[in-house]
Amino acid sequence: MTENVDAIVVGGGIHGCSTALHLCLAGLKPVLIEKDYAGRHASGVNAGGVRQLARHIPEIPLSIRSMGIWEKIKDLLDDDCSFESYGQVLVAENEEELAVCRARVAELNTLGFTHEELIDATELRRLVPAVAETCPGGVVSRRDGAANPAQTTTAFRRKAQQLGATVREGVAASNIRYSDGLWHVDVGTETFAAPVLVNAAGAWAGKIAAALGEPVPVETVAPMLMITSRVPHFIDPVVILRGRKLSFKQFKNGTVLIGGGHLATPYQDRNETVLDWKSLAISARTVFELFPVMRSATIVRAWAGIEAKMKDDIPVFGPSSRHKGLYHQFGFSLHGFQLGPGAGAVMAELIVNGGTQTRISELGIDRFHPSTL
Amino acid sequence: MTVAPKREDYDVVVIGAGPAGLAAAATSAEAGLTSLLLDENIGPGGQVFRAISSTPVTERSQLGADYWVGADLVQSLRASNAEVIHRATVWSLDRNLDIAVSIGGASAFVKAKRVILATGALERPFPVPGWTLPGVMTAGAAQTMLKSSGLVPDGRTVIAGQGPLLWLLAAQILRLGGRIDRILDTTERGNYFAALPHAFAFLTSPYFTKGLSMMREVKAKVHVVSGVTELAAIGDGQLANVSYVAGGKRETISADLLLLHQGVVPNVNLAMSADVEHRWDDVQLCWSPVLDANGNSSVAGIAIAGDGAGIGGANAAGVRGRIAARAAVEALAPAAAAKLPAMATLRADLAKAERGRVFLDTLFRPSPQFRIPSGDTIVCRCEEVTAKDVLDSVAIGATGPNQLKAYRRTGMGPCQGRLCGLTVTELMAQARGKTPQEIGYYRLRAPVKPITLAELAAVPKSEADIKAVVRG
Repeated sequence: MTENVDAIVVGGGIHGCSTALHLCLAGLKPVLIEKDYAGRHASGVNAGGVRQLARHIPEIPLSIRSMGIWEKIKDLLDDDCSFESYGQVLVAENEEELAVCRARVAELNTLGFTHEELIDATELRRLVPAVAETCPGGVVSRRDGAANPAQTTTAFRRKAQQLGATVREGVAASNIRYSDGLWHVDVGTETFAAPVLVNAAGAWAGKIAAALGEPVPVETVAPMLMITSRVPHFIDPVVILRGRKLSFKQFKNGTVLIGGGHLATPYQDRNETVLDWKSLAISARTVFELFPVMRSATIVRAWAGIEAKMKDDIPVFGPSSRHKGLYHQFGFSLHGFQLGPGAGAVMAELIVNGGTQTRISELGIDRFHPSTL
Repeated sequence: MTVAPKREDYDVVVIGAGPAGLAAAATSAEAGLTSLLLDENIGPGGQVFRAISSTPVTERSQLGADYWVGADLVQSLRASNAEVIHRATVWSLDRNLDIAVSIGGASAFVKAKRVILATGALERPFPVPGWTLPGVMTAGAAQTMLKSSGLVPDGRTVIAGQGPLLWLLAAQILRLGGRIDRILDTTERGNYFAALPHAFAFLTSPYFTKGLSMMREVKAKVHVVSGVTELAAIGDGQLANVSYVAGGKRETISADLLLLHQGVVPNVNLAMSADVEHRWDDVQLCWSPVLDANGNSSVAGIAIAGDGAGIGGANAAGVRGRIAARAAVEALAPAAAAKLPAMATLRADLAKAERGRVFLDTLFRPSPQFRIPSGDTIVCRCEEVTAKDVLDSVAIGATGPNQLKAYRRTGMGPCQGRLCGLTVTELMAQARGKTPQEIGYYRLRAPVKPITLAELAAVPKSEADIKAVVRG
């Protein structure tokens, strides 16, 4: 038997969960379909960075929109998501890198964005006392911070469910088809039908788009992270490097998360990844050089989440260029977590109102396929 | 002295030098395969033959004849060409058979054509109230001290729990002049009836006579209370009393040391981190790898032998090690397999060694109240999470151990779930009305044992790295 709903959201990452929640807030009854469980992949196991800093210009408006939601996340979800805001700092390790930072901030200012701020060596040392003496400055985005990704994604799912979303976990969406003006999707023995379908399937979204005639240049990647044992508190903001692949965050409990985008090998069909310890060793060496206090810390765990990376590194977000009622929300290319809350809100506006005040025009799938609608 | 592996590639890498690993490495080396045995301890033997070549206990009868069987296994290994490295902690293994190992504070990478995991067993968690108090330790830890240093308890000592190792340890402590004030036997009375249909195989197994005489030996010297249905360690920052209920009657006795033991379970951490498929074993109440008759796992090239393949004891472990090694030889150098004992002979040996096991598993199946705690009893000691905390998390949507991590950090401490994993699975299964198989286990991650950042930073750079530097 087919159950009619207002929207079908495929993918229980932070994006799918956020969109389902915002559709509920707009009075719709969506179904959320997740093949594993909400937050199983990239959304639950990423570094948790809530970052406007160093973003591609086309996604900055969406990021700023999202930041406003993050700052009131507890009001929205009844869960603080362990969100904290001590800023994010981009460190320039030499004068050349600082010059690049200066040009970047100037460019953003010209475009009217003021969230990134150039800092000198003194301010850098004040924000990150443990940083190596030789670093001449960097950029700070003071409202940025970090949250617990699994807790956050779960909180979105839970709230969406409380507000009336139907959630199906552990069974994949299959047999996606359009007939009689409705999208139909099978979930095990059930079938759902709705005028709206949102493709938020992360690393699995490219296949869905391709099957619906909209192939895009996307690959599956698995950025690696590692976490240390507890060390005495020495740093508040999230730190990323301008020149080398490193991001760095100390949690309240003292553990330190080390990331930066070195990649594991994903085995997408098996939900598995194989880590590349020789690349993780490069991250370890960078930390060893920059933060002597970390040298005796132990590495407790390393892992990688499976996600979609676009060739141009910016997401696919907005209506389909071929099908009525189909929307894409994927390809966040290693920086989708912070965008989740805002993207869900904007997606709900697109679906309910047919438009949004947030500038997203450069993120559409029509950058790959001229629209036929 | 720190010895790094001599080669980067081996035909066979065996991990763990207990009975299974010793036998496997000796067998594959004997057949001419390049073989590396990596072991975490300072000498061969694993837990059952711990300190076999170094123990200060020289009076053979004190540790028992079964212990000294290990010396023969070590002998045949030393006679072979296997390369053996002790104090070698394998901290990563993946499906490409890439192995990362820490030896004396420096890490090296080796690659194998075949990996035989012989990582043995761990003691099952025994999460009774107060189990994390100083003064409470596992019987296995006590036995480690006894074998490696000849140390035995001299304060007021209580041993609680069940299983063959408990009686063996008690006998060993007594023979070495140690003190045991009371043994609290938690074997469920109903288990005797449940085990009865399997008794014939047991009666004809080597366990029977040895086990019986050992229990007699202990019971002659120690007050043994059977049918214990409740147990708690009590004290303010240090064990002071042990409280228990037997036959409906509560009793509290003072104690300086409480040794807990309710059987062993496969040590699955390394295998699971390599994505080897495991299933919940409803008889042994633990996770066991899915294996074929040769010990091959779901990951091509990784075989598992010994108690890590499912608890079978030391004799079975040695035979399983030979079977896995022979299978590796058949795959890599079929001609060389001719000089090894035939597979049929090995299988017959295994059947003999496994006789009586079902009886023991059924008799010593731990009761639910000693596996599934409630209230304020600690479940995860790394993060100090109680049973109630776990149930509260289930109530707000944690569906399995991996989701629970996000709420409570269980299993995310240095022990990676070794001390809480089974408890968490069974507790969540009970709370959600599901089977442990449906609830699942923590996804385990390398490093399986922690390494320092400095050690990781010091590993040899990759070729790509070196090229980048050369290019400038």
